[in-house]
Amino acid sequence: MAVTANAVQVGQSRSQVVVDNLTRTQIVMYAGASGDYNPLHSDEVYTTQVGGYPSIFAHGMLSMGATGRLLTDWFGVDRLVRFGVRFVNQVWPGDTLTATATVEAIREEDGRQLVDVAVTTTNQDGKPVVTGTATARVDP
Amino acid sequence: MTVERFPVEATHIMMFARAIGDPNPAFSDPDSTEARALGGVVAPPTFVMAGSQFDPDNPLRPKSGEPWFGSGREPSGAVREGGGTLHAEQVFEYHQPLRAGMELSSTQREGATWEKESKRGGRLRFAETVTEFRDVATGELVVTATMVGVKTERPVEQEA
Repeated sequence: MAVTANAVQVGQSRSQVVVDNLTRTQIVMYAGASGDYNPLHSDEVYTTQVGGYPSIFAHGMLSMGATGRLLTDWFGVDRLVRFGVRFVNQVWPGDTLTATATVEAIREEDGRQLVDVAVTTTNQDGKPVVTGTATARVDP
Repeated sequence: MTVERFPVEATHIMMFARAIGDPNPAFSDPDSTEARALGGVVAPPTFVMAGSQFDPDNPLRPKSGEPWFGSGREPSGAVREGGGTLHAEQVFEYHQPLRAGMELSSTQREGATWEKESKRGGRLRFAETVTEFRDVATGELVVTATMVGVKTERPVEQEA
């Protein structure tokens, strides 16, 4: 069920909800698994009283990790060649994130068939939280 | 950060996949069709970040017996070393599949630095860090991770 080059077209797009009503608990799970225990993501007292933020917020890497699901669901878990994003806006408890990937190019490089996609993940207000690109290897 | 020993373990991958909300059995169940097809549990795309668990000096992990900048009795128990950096950008290049059972070692080097003015954060100072993760068994590159951190003059303003 691997994706083949002829099953993909420039302009083709896929979208899925990757986080639904983000809980503080999921942020804590991410801190525990990833090793990033920065209090800005789990400690409301520190974040509001010392950090100056309205509440704790998610790790940028949590939204990138969640976004990755769109890519591995589409192309397979062993097919990514590159994945890069900028963290554009913060992600807060209660946010619902929708990831969208759009094919920009299909090409051959070093004997491999590659697909380049633009990636954007937006919150429930349509505001982008991460934007970037990815490249996946597909079957000829 | 130089992480000399980062064992890539199935249970760690399972917990990480749960945390990012990805139920793909390839990340959690070695007996699944998905994992079997790949020769075992594989890691999701951003998993190498969890290598920080094996960095003895990780400043974002509390250390037993040392003050911690998060709250306890007080809103902050210590001044944060090198604080105020937010994660601006992250890029991964994948050279070979990352599987449970591999052991990685990583080396890190500083990349470019640059500045920009922003309406919401004041002057922004960007700095790039490149980490190469190699398979200890073969010496081959598995993942290259490039992190761009940004220091703001003040907390980022929130839009109304």
